[in-house]
Amino acid sequence: MRRAARRWRTLRTVASAVVRRPTGAFGVAVAAVLVLAAVVSVWWTPFDPQATDVRAAWLLPFQRGHLLGTDRVGHDQFSQLLAGSRETLFAATGSASIAAVLGIALGVTAVLSPRPVGAVVVQAIDLVIAFPGLLLAMVLAAVYGGSLATVVAAVGISAGVGVARVSRAEIARILSQDYVLAARAAGASTGRIVRKHLLPNIAPTLIVQLSLVMALAVLAEATLTYLGYGSSPSTPSWGGLLHTQQDYIRVRPLLVIWPGLAVALTVLGFNLLGDALRDATDPRLRSGVRS
Amino acid sequence: MTLTETGTATTLLEATGLHRSFHLPRRALLRPPPIRHAVRAVSLSLTEGTRLGIVGESGSGKSTLLRLLLALDRPDSGTVRYRGRPVTGRELTWFRREVQVVLQDPLNSLDPRSIVRDSIAEPLECLRIPGDHDARVAELLIAVGLEPDAAQRYPHEFSGGQRQRIAIARALAPRPRVLVADEPFSALDATVRGQIIEVVRDLVSRFGLSLILVSHDIGVVQQLCDELLVLKDGAVVEQGPTESVLTTPQHPYTRALLDAVPALPPVGGR
Amino acid sequence: MTLLETDDLTVRFGEKTVLDGIGFTLAAGERLGLIGASGSGKSLTALAILGLLPEEAQVRGSIRLDGVELLGRGDRELSRLRGNRMAMVFQEPLSALNPLMRVGNQIGGPLRLHRGLSRKKALAEAISLAEQVGLPDPENLVRAYPHQLSGGQRQRVGIAMAVASRPALLLADEPTTALDVTVQAEILGLLDDLVTEQGTALLFVTHDLAVLAQVVRRVLVMGEGRVLESGSLETILRKPAHPYTRNLLELARAASFHRAPEAAR
Repeated sequence: MRRAARRWRTLRTVASAVVRRPTGAFGVAVAAVLVLAAVVSVWWTPFDPQATDVRAAWLLPFQRGHLLGTDRVGHDQFSQLLAGSRETLFAATGSASIAAVLGIALGVTAVLSPRPVGAVVVQAIDLVIAFPGLLLAMVLAAVYGGSLATVVAAVGISAGVGVARVSRAEIARILSQDYVLAARAAGASTGRIVRKHLLPNIAPTLIVQLSLVMALAVLAEATLTYLGYGSSPSTPSWGGLLHTQQDYIRVRPLLVIWPGLAVALTVLGFNLLGDALRDATDPRLRSGVRS
Repeated sequence: MTLTETGTATTLLEATGLHRSFHLPRRALLRPPPIRHAVRAVSLSLTEGTRLGIVGESGSGKSTLLRLLLALDRPDSGTVRYRGRPVTGRELTWFRREVQVVLQDPLNSLDPRSIVRDSIAEPLECLRIPGDHDARVAELLIAVGLEPDAAQRYPHEFSGGQRQRIAIARALAPRPRVLVADEPFSALDATVRGQIIEVVRDLVSRFGLSLILVSHDIGVVQQLCDELLVLKDGAVVEQGPTESVLTTPQHPYTRALLDAVPALPPVGGR
Repeated sequence: MTLLETDDLTVRFGEKTVLDGIGFTLAAGERLGLIGASGSGKSLTALAILGLLPEEAQVRGSIRLDGVELLGRGDRELSRLRGNRMAMVFQEPLSALNPLMRVGNQIGGPLRLHRGLSRKKALAEAISLAEQVGLPDPENLVRAYPHQLSGGQRQRVGIAMAVASRPALLLADEPTTALDVTVQAEILGLLDDLVTEQGTALLFVTHDLAVLAQVVRRVLVMGEGRVLESGSLETILRKPAHPYTRNLLELARAASFHRAPEAAR
């Protein structure tokens, strides 16, 4: 179909515009490695990440085939990182999805609803924003028990309200543009205007925000797991690794450095990817697209 | 009065007693917010084949009036009818197929993230007009003097005049009977303005359209319109055939407006 | 006496030449119109004279004010000249005014800077300037913020700011394009009066030949960064030499409002 072909072409131009710059390429690489690690770890890790082997404890990197070494109970660190990437990836994408849907829905409601409703939504957004996301996560963990799902829900909700708050002015600006007026005069429904005109035009600000949300989610997952509100200690996760290994930071600092480095690289990668995507999705900024 | 002159011609768009006011931001907590009457008791009718100019300065309410006529805003009181049928309710597809709009600045009226094809095809899709939309888009692009391969490009790749041609193509897409244009030339350069005026004049006569042209530029209205309506502070101060309003203005405001238009000094031999 | 003189003024952005060998002179108290389509370089010429071109612009040639070369001067020296010996009236008064500053301070601020007036004296001067440019109720108006004024009033504020220090050269870049015709006529009249009264030289930039004809007697026609033709308004209107000018004139004639009854059709 012609439409599908056009979509595919747009996707390709955006992708090539992202990869063209080094920061964008780095972001893509980080995201790709993360996805690859998460997928591969489902079927294969060099060692069983959960296997304890006291005889293989405290190994240094490359000793006896343990790429990043082992900890005090003989957990292979590389395998643990691989397996933990699933948690990280899920936390990042899950939170960002919730934040995007919630943020846009709230923002559009606040702008488009008749006066009293819109004003109430705006007030509600301000009220919820005052409520710290970390506290929300603890409340959710207290009620439903700590798990990755509660982390994702807490980060997604609190970030979503933030997205709504920041996007509201932008949504209002876009909806008051002449092309929206022209679309209404052409008979476009509200749903169509949101899909065809609002979403593409809010994408640049939204993408940047979501890349921050993903970065935040990676950190929050690590933090909450570290604090004991996240996934159960038996599930390997980067936050869990940081949590358990910190006790031995003086004995074997490398054990904290691996998951720390993983978190830092991922956060940096998401941020750079967000910046590159923002520029690449704007037909005015990506040059040389004349087809 | 204009009806009697045109005799049997049918009335297409008709507005009676339109009022629209807006609440301004509150000045004080306990006093009611001030109200601005943007459009006051405006009535007008557009007969088939007529080109009606609406002239007024900023704040005259011409943009609000236009939105009311296009059913993009609801009047506080008064009605808009098309061929006698009231233009109200949610389902206005029948009306939008007949009445289309061109806005002032084509840079703003075209979505920067939509390719030209999608912008022009938008009314076709929204109004569920059958047929091959891609072919129709190509046909429209040619009609407004652009190449059909413009369809795959984005608005920023075009000049101001070309963008306005695209906006005109979009308005003509559903084969409307009435074209409403809101200052369609004022964002354009003098050299381009003349060309776009010709495009509009040509298309209006070629497709037998009726035209409502909102403008602050008396020269443009004089060239394009055969009837004129002068708006001041939301109310009609003068109305009639262009020629008589411009040569023998009755209302002092019309006279002041005409006097203020800068003119080239006459040069012998013309 | 020559006030302003440009010679072979050439401005390039990277590979692109936007002004190419612009040369003209302007005597003290004289009025000169710069006309051309957008992209003709008319506004850039004004900005170049003020020394307000973007940093990446490569400028060659010469711009002399009172016989003193302006090109190659530091920003500090130029900014002393701006608002003192030369001043500018902008197209869009709302964006040229600081939205957070009261009108009185906007007009009076430069006076304190350039003439070292006290706050009180500057405000008194601002009030008298506001009166001079025909702003209603000047005592109260100087306490207003720009957004509380109408477009015409804002442009009057812009003009008051520009003429506050009685510059020898006033540059006006499309000062009435954003205004309604009735307001435009008032503003043009005001500029005319002020310039005559103060003996200021005026460089008036516009795309509108009819507007230009209200204000100046000598015209420079610009296109694609070059001066295509120059001469008195009468000559340009009667015997335009360059095809571009002829086209411009034809369009202006076609688009302008024909008053005479017999010309109406």
